[in-house]
Formats: sequence, structure tokens, C-alpha cells
Amino acid sequence: MINKKVNSVTEALQGIEDGMTIMLGGFGLCGIPENSIAELVQKGTTNLTCISNNAGVDDFGLGLLLQKRQIKKMISSYVGENAEFERQMLSGELEVELTPQGTLAEKCRAAQAGIPAFFTPAGYGTEVAEGKETREFNGKMHVMELAYKADFSIVKAWKGDEAGNLIFKGTARNFNAVMAGGAKITIAEVEELVPAGTLDPNEIHIPGIMVQRIFQGEKFEKRIEQRTVRQK
Amino acid sequence: MALDKNQIAKRIAKEVQDGYYVNLGIGIPTLVANYVRTDISVEFQSENGVLGMGPFPFEGEEDADIINAGKQTITTLPGASFFDSAFSFGMIRAQKVDLTILGAMEVAENGDIANWKIPGKMVKGMGGAMDLVASAENIIVAMMHVNKAGESKILKKCTLPLTGVGCVKKVVTELAVLEVTPNGFKLLERAPGVSVDEIIQATEAELIIDGEVPEMVF
Repeated sequence: MINKKVNSVTEALQGIEDGMTIMLGGFGLCGIPENSIAELVQKGTTNLTCISNNAGVDDFGLGLLLQKRQIKKMISSYVGENAEFERQMLSGELEVELTPQGTLAEKCRAAQAGIPAFFTPAGYGTEVAEGKETREFNGKMHVMELAYKADFSIVKAWKGDEAGNLIFKGTARNFNAVMAGGAKITIAEVEELVPAGTLDPNEIHIPGIMVQRIFQGEKFEKRIEQRTVRQK
Repeated sequence: MALDKNQIAKRIAKEVQDGYYVNLGIGIPTLVANYVRTDISVEFQSENGVLGMGPFPFEGEEDADIINAGKQTITTLPGASFFDSAFSFGMIRAQKVDLTILGAMEVAENGDIANWKIPGKMVKGMGGAMDLVASAENIIVAMMHVNKAGESKILKKCTLPLTGVGCVKKVVTELAVLEVTPNGFKLLERAPGVSVDEIIQATEAELIIDGEVPEMVF
């Protein structure tokens, strides 16, 4: 067993420097690596390029990094929940690359799977396709998209073991499972870190080879963005 | 009388057939789930990674790890499954999802749709909409016929940045059901009590009107 366990979030995030590109898992606030984000705020790392489906809300998730102006560029598919984000984008302070969600996911997966590029029909005929190679397959037009290149990938899982194996819960799997292994170094923060041999190999979603550092997060707020209920 | 949002959803629910996997967008489309016939088998897909979505949870039973693409807390039904984002869009691109229902800011008579950006004013992003409209075979748009200023959103040509080209098949608004044909919008049905003339007045695009236009039936 190759042990990936580190003892703290500080140790896990060593080597993340100003100007780097980081993938961060999560959909909305669901399954975001909140301990690592808090540590990045603490560290004060700046000029970051963040690949993340969303940009958090004003006072949680990546919104915390935006508030401190630590992000130079965001690569996302949907950013509608964050007023500070919209303000920085419309004023030109923040560089933004909006990408169709399926394309964003596949660009991560391509990086994870060692595929340099792929064709997708998404965005053909729109400004997303401007300047990109297009090609017809089976009578339909497609756009060529490239795999992401990132320095670090930070994902959040429900359970993990010392070997770096990960199990996700519910829809918190989202981008976490496609970003793991998509960068030079992948950091996983988990709710519960167990010794190797505890998790059933049949139940593993992401094998430990994709993860270089794993730690148990100190606390998870797991904030709900749109609490929607029905009456009994 | 013009339909309200729930009535639009109710009319669209009639398009959902037995055995369909359906993706519902944010807003009016989400309401469609409330009106689907209970005697047919349908599964709802949400692109953040769930099939077999159920109703909202009872108070106190919300789970932060189980949400839909609108970031709302949800439940799952027997037979449900979770998967990652790449897999989710894989099933969308590979046309495993039978019906996509989404909102729009503008739709044009050639089936073009715009719903993600108003330059200089509002940029929320396209989310999964560009992937959905580029791949889905069957796309129904739920939208208001006119904007707050009273201007038609059913156009000869979209003015806003496009989300997809030539993809919309049907549009249901508070006034009418329209089909996108190779020759433009065909007026299929009108809202109860709304005249054909009122619909023509509210529509910038030309409408193909073939004989008597029936009122919607719910």
C-alpha cells in the first residue's frame, strides 16, 4: 500500500503558489472542498486560475476567494449565484471563461484519461465555438475541445482510505470524480479517512492512483444553497 | 386568458410519454414534474448526476449531498442512481435522455435558442443548456411569449448570443403552443380564451396557421 495520508490541510496544500491553475470539485455548494478553500483564503495565494463548475456564493465556497481578489481567472459553466462575481466580471477585474457544463466535465475527464482533445456538438454555432476547429461527423457539426492542464486538483469525497481510494455520496460525486487525477497533483479532502483495507474494493469510485494527498477535513459545514422542502 | 406558470407546466406535462427519461431545466420546467400522469413510468434526470429524482424532501429530511441542477434539495425514488458529471453529459450526448424541457429568453423560427447571456447586463452562464440543446432529439421550450416591456420573444431571428442552433422542436408559452417546422412556427394550440389575433399581435415571427386553431386541453 502506498500511503497518501497527510496530517493537515496545510500540509496537503503545500506547493500551491501564486499564478497556478487549480481544478476544484463540486456543483454549486454540493461537494466542494471547503476545508481546502478556507486554507487557500488563509494562505493568501493570489492570481489563481480556478476551474470549477460554479463560483460559490458571496460568503461561501469560491466566493470567499473572490472577495479577497485571489482569483485572476474563473473557468466555469454557471456563475449566477454570486453577485460579487458578476460585479468583478462585468467590470473586467476578473477574467472569465464560460464553458458548457458537459464540455467542462469532459475537458476534466480528458485530462484524467490522457486524451488531449475531443469533439462535442455542444456550443457549435455559438460564441463558445469561435476560433475553435470544427468538423462534421455523421452529418452533424462538432467543436474540438482540449483537455485542461492544471497544477493541482482539489476534490472532496465522503470516505477515503490511506491508499487514496475515494467514495462519494449522492450528487456530491459531480465534478469531484472527473477532476481526481486531472492535474499533476490531486488533493482529496474526505469526511472520513479510514485505514487501507477498510473500504470494500468493489465500492471504490476513484482508485487511489489518482490521488497524491488525502486528509480528513476538520469540519464540514455542507451548506445548502436552495433548501426546498414539502410539508408533511 | 393567458396561462400562469403552473398551467404552462401542466400543458407541457402532456408531452411526457410512458418510458421517457426526461431532463427538466430550472424554472417553469421544474414544475412539469408535478403534472405528469401517474399511470405512466417516467424517470427524471438532473445533469448534476442523478436519475430517478423524486419530490422535495419533507422538512428536516434535507440532505446537502442530494440536490438537483437548480441546487434545490431533492429526494430519490426506487431505482434511482448517482453518477459523475462527465457520465451525466455522456448520457445526454448519446441521446439516452428522451426529452429535454428548458426555458429561454428568445426562440427563433429556425429553432435557434438564446438563454444564457445579455451582453453587458447579465451573464449567468450556459450551465448545461448548450450540451442539452446540441444533443437532444426532442426539445420543448417553456417560456413567456413577451418580455416585461411587452416585446415578443418569439422571433424571426434571435438577437441575443445563441445557446444552440436549429434545435427547438416545440414552444409552450402563456398564449400558445408552437411547433418549429422547416417553414417556421406553426400555431398548434391557443390558450383558453386567447384569440389567434392576440397571438399574432404578440409574435414577431410569422405564424403558419392551418385552419381552425384549437384551444389547449389540460
